[in-house]
Order: sequence, then C-alpha cells, then structure tokens
Amino acid sequence: MSTATTAQQSPPAQKKSGRGTLYRGKEGMWSWVGHRITGVVIFLFLLVHVLDTALVRVSPEAYDAVIGTYKNWYMALGESGLVAAVIYHAFNGIRIVLVDFWKKGTKYHKHMLWAVMIAWVVVFGAFFVRHMMLVLGG
Amino acid sequence: MSSQQLNIAAPRSGDIDPKYLRQSASSSSNREMFKWVFMRISGPILLVLIFVHLFSNLMVGDGVHGLNFGLVAGKWASPLWQIWDLTMLWLAMIHGTIGVGTIIDDYTSKDRTRVGFKVALYLASVAIIVLGTLVIFTFEPCMTDAAGNLMDNSPSFCFNQ
Repeated sequence: MSTATTAQQSPPAQKKSGRGTLYRGKEGMWSWVGHRITGVVIFLFLLVHVLDTALVRVSPEAYDAVIGTYKNWYMALGESGLVAAVIYHAFNGIRIVLVDFWKKGTKYHKHMLWAVMIAWVVVFGAFFVRHMMLVLGG
Repeated sequence: MSSQQLNIAAPRSGDIDPKYLRQSASSSSNREMFKWVFMRISGPILLVLIFVHLFSNLMVGDGVHGLNFGLVAGKWASPLWQIWDLTMLWLAMIHGTIGVGTIIDDYTSKDRTRVGFKVALYLASVAIIVLGTLVIFTFEPCMTDAAGNLMDNSPSFCFNQ
C-alpha cells in the first residue's frame, strides 16, 4: 500500500448502529427477536395450560385446587407478563402479514412497528389495570 | 396444484435456471411454503380466538376469581365454546410447533441434534393436541365417585337433577 493511499481521507468511522446494513441492530431485527422470544414463551405456557385444564377430567376438586393457586398478586403479575407477550406477538404478527401481503408493507414497516408499540401500550395497559384490580379487589 | 401454472411475465424470466422454477419445486420446499402460508392464515385467526378467550375468562365478572370447574362446565355446555376452544387448541399448537421447529432449524447445526429436538417437539405437540381434544369431547360436568355420589365442587346445576 502506497503512502498516497494512506494519506487519502480515511473512511467514515463505523458506528455501532449497523452501518452498511438495513437490518442489523435496527427495528427489523429487534422486532424479530421479540417475536421469537414471545413465541417460545407462549408455546411453553400453552403446553402447561392444556395440562392444567385437563384436570377437569380428574375431578372438580383437583381443577379448583390448581386454579386456586393462580388467584394471588404474584401469579397475576406472571399472567400479565404472559398477556403482554401474547399482545406483542399478535400485533407484530399482523405487521409481518402486512409486510408480506400489503403493497406498501415494506415501505411502512417501521411506522407499523411504532403502531404495534402504541397499540400494545393501550391494550396491555387496559388489561393490566383491570386484571390487577380484580385480583387485589377480590 | 400442478394442473395449471400461472405464467406471469417478469424481467429475465427466460434466463432463470430451471432448478429455481416452482414447477420443479421439491416436496420439501412445498412443505416450507405450506408452513409459511399456515402461519399467516392461522395468526390473525388466533388473534381473534385468543383475545376473546382472555377477555371472557379474565376481564368480565369476577375475572380470575370467577375461574373454577363450574365456569368451564358452563362454557362447554355450549357447542360454540367447545368449537372455539377446539379450534384454538389445534391452530395454536400447530402454529407454535411450526414456530419452535423453525427456531430449532436455525440454532442446531448437527443433524443428530436437530432431529432429536424435532422428534421431542413433535411428540410433545401430538400428546398435547390429543389430550386437549379428548378433554373437550369427553368432558363430564357432573362427575360421580365410585359410590355414585356427586364429587365435591361439582357445579350447582348438577345437584338439581
């Protein structure tokens, strides 16, 4: 490499935010990470949820005993976390469908992610307030 | 779907190597497309099914305090809720199994590891789908013990018979 080349203007400093890629470290990647994590969490819960509901075939007492352990504030917080995951996965899933099938989906995918986040705050906020009031009130 | 293929003119469509054309798609790539389509059809349906499920079980009446055997018995007395829950079970389990299967494909590099995780996943999924389906179809609201007496915590309408 000649001195002439090194003397030239150095390339702009690489930024951490994924310069040179439209995806890495940006909205597209993080929404995908969130979709994966919430998906796995929901699937694992679903396996357990079918098992606990299956107790209705054992006896009414067995079912009521297990469901009874859900009726306190710390389990309600866990349920709220699960519902938070469900709402994100649902709204972001609609966004994925729109990116794939709507003509302008790829153009507005970032706007749609903000719409997902706003809808998530509204719907989850309403659920959380009502659920915690019911749990603590009873 | 092999009878007729749509031929839409596209740039360079004459230059595409036959191995990339859908006509010669292998059965495995048809399966991948089926999974892709299934996720996008079942997803929005599940949104409706699950949001209504959560609302009717947790948001109305006494919420979580109202959950007990009697509530399940009351719901499954109606064929609508039976079909609702059955559809939710099947769609959610298949949707989840495809999703977790994709994640296994992404993060396992050795064939043995991948096949091992996939077999465990499919066995668990089939077991849960079969169990859940049996529970919905064989549900008995007024269960009796060996002596023929109604079990404790049976819903009140069982005592009126």
